[in-house]
Amino acid sequence: MDVYSKRKYLVIGLFSLSAMIIVLRLFYIQVVDSSYKISADNNVLRREVNYPARGVIYDRNGKLLVFNQAAYDVLIIPREVKPFDTLGFCSIVGVDKKELVNEIIKAKSYSRYKPSPVIKQLSSQTYAVLQEQLFKYPGFYIQARTLRQYPAKIAAHVLGYVGEVDQKIIDGNKYYENGDYIGRSGIEKAYEDELRGVKGISYKMVDVHQMVKGSFEQGRMDTAAMIGKNLISTLNADLQSYGEQLLSGKVGSIVAIEPETGEILVLASSPSFDPGLFVGRERSKNYMKLLNDPFKPMLNRAITSSYPPGSTFKIANALIGLEDGVLQTVRFSCSGPASTPIVCTHNHETPLGLISAIRESCNSFFWQAFRAEMNHFPTPSEGLNAFRNSLLEMGIGKRIGGDLYAETSGNVPSLAYYDKIYGAGGWNSMTIRSLSIGQGELLLTPLQLSNMVALIANRGYYIAPHLVRSIQNYDLTQDTLQFEKHTIAAGVENYEMIVEGMEQVVEQGTARASAKVDSLIICGKTGTIQNPHGEAHSAFVAFAPKIKPKIAIAVYIENGVWGARYAAPIASLIIEKYLKGRISSRRKQFEDAMFNSDLISTMKNESGD
Amino acid sequence: MKSNNNIWLNLDWLTVFLYLTLVFLGWLNIYAAVYNEEHQSMLDMGQKYGKQLIWIIAGIIIAIMVFTVDSKFYAAFAYPIYAVTIILNIAVLFLGKEVNGARGWFEFGNVALQPEELGKFATNLALAKCISQFDFKIQKMRSYLILFSLIALPAILIIMQNDTGSALVFAVFVFVFYREGLNGMVLFWGFAAAALFILALLLNEFQLLLFLLIISIAAYGVLRQSLKEALIGFTSIMGTLGVLWLVDSIFHLGGTPLQLLLITLTISAILVIVYAILRRIPQVWRILLFFIFAIGISMSVNYFYKQILAPHQRDRIDQVLGIKIDKLGRGYNVNQSKIAVGSGGFLGKGFLEGTQTKYNFVPEQSTDFIFCTVGEEWGFLGSTVVVGLFLWLLIRLITLAERQRSQFSRIYGYGVACILFFHIAINISMTIGLAPVIGIPLPFFSYGGSSLWAFTVLLFIFLRFDATRTENLR
Repeated sequence: MDVYSKRKYLVIGLFSLSAMIIVLRLFYIQVVDSSYKISADNNVLRREVNYPARGVIYDRNGKLLVFNQAAYDVLIIPREVKPFDTLGFCSIVGVDKKELVNEIIKAKSYSRYKPSPVIKQLSSQTYAVLQEQLFKYPGFYIQARTLRQYPAKIAAHVLGYVGEVDQKIIDGNKYYENGDYIGRSGIEKAYEDELRGVKGISYKMVDVHQMVKGSFEQGRMDTAAMIGKNLISTLNADLQSYGEQLLSGKVGSIVAIEPETGEILVLASSPSFDPGLFVGRERSKNYMKLLNDPFKPMLNRAITSSYPPGSTFKIANALIGLEDGVLQTVRFSCSGPASTPIVCTHNHETPLGLISAIRESCNSFFWQAFRAEMNHFPTPSEGLNAFRNSLLEMGIGKRIGGDLYAETSGNVPSLAYYDKIYGAGGWNSMTIRSLSIGQGELLLTPLQLSNMVALIANRGYYIAPHLVRSIQNYDLTQDTLQFEKHTIAAGVENYEMIVEGMEQVVEQGTARASAKVDSLIICGKTGTIQNPHGEAHSAFVAFAPKIKPKIAIAVYIENGVWGARYAAPIASLIIEKYLKGRISSRRKQFEDAMFNSDLISTMKNESGD
Repeated sequence: MKSNNNIWLNLDWLTVFLYLTLVFLGWLNIYAAVYNEEHQSMLDMGQKYGKQLIWIIAGIIIAIMVFTVDSKFYAAFAYPIYAVTIILNIAVLFLGKEVNGARGWFEFGNVALQPEELGKFATNLALAKCISQFDFKIQKMRSYLILFSLIALPAILIIMQNDTGSALVFAVFVFVFYREGLNGMVLFWGFAAAALFILALLLNEFQLLLFLLIISIAAYGVLRQSLKEALIGFTSIMGTLGVLWLVDSIFHLGGTPLQLLLITLTISAILVIVYAILRRIPQVWRILLFFIFAIGISMSVNYFYKQILAPHQRDRIDQVLGIKIDKLGRGYNVNQSKIAVGSGGFLGKGFLEGTQTKYNFVPEQSTDFIFCTVGEEWGFLGSTVVVGLFLWLLIRLITLAERQRSQFSRIYGYGVACILFFHIAINISMTIGLAPVIGIPLPFFSYGGSSLWAFTVLLFIFLRFDATRTENLR
């Protein structure tokens, strides 16, 4: 009845034929052709990362500041880990079981297929033992790395530290992956690209037993590692070390610059720490300890803390007045402690000119000088703008722009700021007179202070202060780095007036007792900064020698009572050490006093009360 | 309630057994594919095998529900069901969510449904309804057009949802039509076109023309039942070609082999036509028609291939034909999948012991490439058993279809068998490099509720028809 019913055979035949073809094909690839089995054995591709040694950092005389030491990380690929003798393993690498288990759990949550570090920075000795036993621990691998070592334990803030990349870095830069290290601060951060070199990546074919069977695609996809470049820093390691010793027990900082080149000789911030604390297994513990210290040892005060400059600022004020041509010949009167609106605490002749005013640090002279500078312009607004622009040119109130990571800008109040407080037209030069003596809203970093002195020392220019002078290439040639030169042409004779005043400060003025060094002409300026929260701060800026200066320095000691008390001795000791090579016996007492003074304990006790 | 008892008694338990076995084996393989030491519990609902277990249980409940609905309902509502399905497939284009580049999913909270899965059974019902009408004669041109439209409509909508692979499934209904009396020549031309398509990609124009020429002469010989005539034809054409080639090389005319062949063919064609008219040989016209059709197909292949197919689709076909070998690019899936299957050997590596499938070498391990796990862990033996079970199920379905009293349920049964066949054959073939990668699931095996339920519904409606096969449905 159904004429087409025989056609079912064709359909069934088609089904059967297809099944037969499939089965034949299966037979071929599963039983006959053995190449697929070999492929499967070779299938596991392993990506090996070759970490290049990070560049080392030298001081200006070729002394090592940072170098590398081999260390070994233990990685696991969680998927490949089989149950193993945990106690045996722990006793080799010297961790407790709980820690190991924790790390393995962390690694699993990151990825089951990708390697994660579980034990970091094993020593070479431990590595040697583990290497022999490694076959017992499938899924465990060893990755060679280098660790930073600090032979002199100095300049922690300058050098910075390296740390493991976090997820944010990984997301932001595809070069980095989990477990990589990166410079986190200081030179390590600013020169990360030069120091790190380039990771090499090679693809290895491995069998099920993780034995390397050869390169993948004859190594065509591999990239070679390139070691990091070495840096020649501008620091003078001996002087840096000496500066750090002088700062001990105090909160403050030192910045010393070679004026002619802008090269930073010393950049010290106290309290400091051993840079080696950020290396090795105790790293995070140490980090937390430093982070929680109330005196913030990780803070680089020399470039990130902004302070009122106090009387040291009178140098800048004087330079602006001379530029405007209003201070060359004037004499202003001073009534000493009876002066209004700002008292002068020093006893000296009156009326007096600029050079004497610098020597005596006369407040009366400088607020009158400031008024003259402001009145030089038709309106206070124009006067302030000109004043502020002059300061910005000097690198005050903005980042100077060398190679310092995390440099801050300080603050020079703007027109808008005063208009907001007093209303537009509601103020004049006398309203904002505290600027003239470096108090009030004016804030400078110690770096800016030292740069200001370098400008005076150079009589008219400065080069952005920097920490690295050259980069060593692979062929050992050096690329010398160039930094911006800023010229402030105010006339050499004007600079010489300020220099004269500064010389007299040390020879016969406010720093004559604390900063005078025999047979050396030091030009300096003290600063004592009123501090509503406690003892006044102590500041001193100087350069030496007077002719062809070799060093410009700023020292700022928090709660250092007055300028000549701590800052001036410290600065002059560094100058003496640098230029004379040794401290004269007459001045040993200052050195001892600085080494042994301990303001921090006093402050701790006070805050404890 | 007697009739209600009857359907359970009449249920074809063999099919149910095959269905449950395949679903269970599928689930074991999903477990093996995503297995790792941390999630060992087979009932972990956070893992794919845990979810699949829920889909399976829900699938069985759906099967029971579908089975208990009266057969007459499906017959009566075939067109409305088809209409609703079409509407849903249009709606999803605008309201659906994109998953893996295919805009074909409705989302209801945690559950995502693919209306295209309804397309197969709805179209199957509609076709069964249409063909089983009293006055329907399949040989008419008008019938072709109606059937073609019924298939093309959902297929086009599914292509618009960016799931070309699933749309190809609808081509398989041609076997259903064949069973219902479609002219065998249609099937023949279909196969011929497919074969030509592949040849056109593999051979250059000269080789292709030569090949067609030989086929034509052979066909002529068969039709005329004369080896002598075929041989004479062949030698004279080859002789002409040889002479032309000789002339060309002596006088340095610089003709390409293709040009020489074309000249030969033109001369031969004129001679053959003259000869055919003089000697009144009707077979020649048919051969010529085939020859022209063949050339037309192969010429259009190039256009179709370059202009209509997307680059990734072209690549997949190239991979299978061996035109392009690119083990880390587009060919990565298939190469890794072949390695996984091939490494299984004769007996396989054992349950949960597969390494290739564990290391995530094979993408889509639990869905489209689930057969890799079978191949790797159960080896040739296990794979053959699974293929055997599938074949058994298909043949069983044809047997059941043939015992239907009404044409409606027979057509539907054939449809079920053919749809399953297409999925099984193509899915397994693509994992072992016999077919281009078309993203279609392996019935009952692949992970995912939507497809499991769709195949279950498809199958159990037919089992219901079979349980009441004495009824006359139309």
